[in-house]
Amino acid sequence: MNLLNLLDKMCPDTNSPEEKEMFFSRREAFRQFGDMSKKVAMAAVPLGILSALPKVAKADTASLIGVLNYALTLEHLEYRYYQMGIESGVIDGADLAIFTKIRDHELAHVNFLDEVISNVLMGSPVPEPEFDFTAGGNFMPFDDYPTFLALSQAFEDTGVRAYKGQAGNVMENDVVLTAALSIHSVEARHASMVRRLRTRKGQDDVKGWITNDSRGSLPEPTQAIYAGEENVTHGGVNVVNLTGIDAGAVSEGWDEPLSKEAVLGIASLFLA
Amino acid sequence: MKNELFKPQGLVKNANRRQFLKAGSLSVAAAGLIMVGCKDVEDRDPIPPMEGVMLGSGDIGILNYAYALEQLEAAFYAAVMQGSYFANASAEEKTIMGDLEKHERAHREFFKAALGDAAIADLEVDFSAIDFSNRTSVLGAAKTFEDLGVAAYNGAGQYIENVDYLLIAGKIVSVEARHAAAIRDLINPGSADFAGDDLIDANGLERTLNFTEVLTAASSFVTTPIDFSQLPS
Repeated sequence: MNLLNLLDKMCPDTNSPEEKEMFFSRREAFRQFGDMSKKVAMAAVPLGILSALPKVAKADTASLIGVLNYALTLEHLEYRYYQMGIESGVIDGADLAIFTKIRDHELAHVNFLDEVISNVLMGSPVPEPEFDFTAGGNFMPFDDYPTFLALSQAFEDTGVRAYKGQAGNVMENDVVLTAALSIHSVEARHASMVRRLRTRKGQDDVKGWITNDSRGSLPEPTQAIYAGEENVTHGGVNVVNLTGIDAGAVSEGWDEPLSKEAVLGIASLFLA
Repeated sequence: MKNELFKPQGLVKNANRRQFLKAGSLSVAAAGLIMVGCKDVEDRDPIPPMEGVMLGSGDIGILNYAYALEQLEAAFYAAVMQGSYFANASAEEKTIMGDLEKHERAHREFFKAALGDAAIADLEVDFSAIDFSNRTSVLGAAKTFEDLGVAAYNGAGQYIENVDYLLIAGKIVSVEARHAAAIRDLINPGSADFAGDDLIDANGLERTLNFTEVLTAASSFVTTPIDFSQLPS
């Protein structure tokens, strides 16, 4: 399945052509990202004024389904990756408890999102895509444990950014927002664990948290996963200037969102 | 002094007394605070009153709630760095504790700056229950604080109105989750505890805690009365 087919599946039929254009055009995505930066900069104005502004347009059911199908796609990818990893025998026995737990969570996420989309929102969940975890023969994660761990880190760090990037798109629905947040923090726990495991094994020097925009020893194609993580300005406040704490540590203290476009660009490397 | 306690803005502004009582006001002195509202309080032997803080309402209230938790975490790690556990810790644990101290201090200072005049005062903390010379005690407390922080942000997200604040909360909560997983792995290395079944349900969703639950847990370590009666519900 190629990326365009996938996007078609994720785009509700009811969406107008304008909406499709807005979701999927790279140009539009960058324009939206620009708007977001402006909004964040605006937060420097007194809080009372900002919170008095009207909310963004209400997310309708179709767009909620779109967001959750996007999340479901990523969960399918993660679940299948860990399931294949466990079946392949590539994982060190000492680490099986960790990856079995992660696999179980990703499967639970797949089932949960599938259920919400089909039986709560009355939509059509995306089927599991065909994956190629070698990314066209570039990686051998099920033969080489360090590669397995490296891609695991890449997927988990991407997952954290992907959920964060959608928070604003589901905020009108308290239940969906809370569920998304509750998945988001689980992905962050996974990411922390896998990152530290890689360092403990001498494969990297990354910590549980992301320093600047460093991908550590991950291969170059994963750099997009860390782009923007060096940000130290939040709500218009430059926290390095504010506190005198070094930029590396400040960047670690805030994880950054990633747009759907960017995430799908990363995920598409692993679609068959 | 008592007069100031008598008229926290929340009690004056919040005409809906029932809602106030429902949402509650929580602290060691919480019962005393409500009692002060009774007419016959003058006749009693009052508990020595303490200066409390009022989180406020709406998004400001939630940002102050986050600020309160970040104050607690930052104060904890500052104390950790002064203790003999830290002095004798392994290189890995020293790095982790040093990072967490910086992250939480950065969070605290960020909220203080972002809130400006609306920020609550500095909270008084009481860590007498923690033995800062003892690894088990320090890591156990760190686990409590980090897990609590994650559950608090996850529970509060739905009440945030402004999308920019929601995103900022989202940027912080995942780092708290990264911390929590690391601390849990230090306590029980190589196990599934970093994302344990005590926190994560069969749907793979991490627990959320509401304002009352979080501030009740925090009140073991915070002596300043925190009035959260105006937070959204």
